[in-house]
Amino acid sequence: MGAQATTATAAAPLDYLLHLADNALILGQRNAEWCGHGPILEEDLALANNSLDLIGQARLLYQYAAQIKGNGATEDTLAYFRDVPDFRNYTLLELPHRAPLAATVAGDRDYATTIVRNFLYSALMALLWERLQGSPDAHLAAIAAKSLKEVRYHLRHSRDWLVRFGDGTDESHARAQSALDHLMPYTQEFWTASAHETAACQAGAGVDAGELRTDWNTLVDSALAEATLKRPSDKGYVTQGKHGVHSEHLGFVLAEMQSLARAHPQATW
Amino acid sequence: MSQNATPALKEWPLWEVFIRSKQGLEHKHCGSLHASDAQHALQMARDVYTRRQEGVSIWVVPSATIAASEPGDKGEFFDPAADKIYRHPTFYEIPDAVGHM
Repeated sequence: MGAQATTATAAAPLDYLLHLADNALILGQRNAEWCGHGPILEEDLALANNSLDLIGQARLLYQYAAQIKGNGATEDTLAYFRDVPDFRNYTLLELPHRAPLAATVAGDRDYATTIVRNFLYSALMALLWERLQGSPDAHLAAIAAKSLKEVRYHLRHSRDWLVRFGDGTDESHARAQSALDHLMPYTQEFWTASAHETAACQAGAGVDAGELRTDWNTLVDSALAEATLKRPSDKGYVTQGKHGVHSEHLGFVLAEMQSLARAHPQATW
Repeated sequence: MSQNATPALKEWPLWEVFIRSKQGLEHKHCGSLHASDAQHALQMARDVYTRRQEGVSIWVVPSATIAASEPGDKGEFFDPAADKIYRHPTFYEIPDAVGHM
């Protein structure tokens, strides 16, 4: 891996960029599943906007990662020609939009699950991008500044719906609470640094997410209080998605997302 | 009387959306949408009407608060103006320096 790609004093390690990029791409792909199926037209557009923001962030990060990786890598080879164990996204982001069910059961998508996940992740990224704006890796700092504006809106949108669901009807409250109970344990993965996160921090380019935990708790707790939802325990098994050990769901996401590019490599339109 | 919370609306009320396309221009009506309250309407208007950089400012107004003239009043409201061409100040010479008016 050559360091010729950037003049920044502290370039982010490749795996760290892939972790950030994969997070954005996988959640973007998941949220795009609502396109044409949103509960109302305005939310259909809101989720498509959210997806395109995330996929845009992923592209910038993959382009930068491809520069560092060299060897003919492009944003497309990184997105479409890596397999499940190479992906470094949080497990939280690859889960289907519904309460826990076995792998291929085609349940109805649950908008409360979508909203709770977007809220938990956006709350983290609003804090993380804010810190990464000051990264000495100038390229990463520029991506962070652009992404921060987008994620602040994602946070606002998902928080708003979270409060409406929680403080809404009996059914919307129950569904929001059940989505929260299901997803909260996956957030433990945010706080234990992986080797590539540690390396990025040591290089000075990354941010130790563990340092953001108190602020994240404040954001989450204030929204949950307003939504009259109970914060569930976030103890138990810590998922390992960012280490490349994924749930059974990521394979299905990649199969759908990558099949076209793999069937027609080099295709352009 | 006050022990009952406001009952949930079955239908979200209608809002009219006005967008200002850039600083210095006026807000223009661009459409309408259903939303549960003003904040909700603003966010939806942002997602629906400003995706292609159409705006720098949004107003939403409950459609129910707009008083509108009746189509049936068209005759007495608007037709009498049709033959009063002297109300258009077309007889003024406008200096070139004024430009487009």
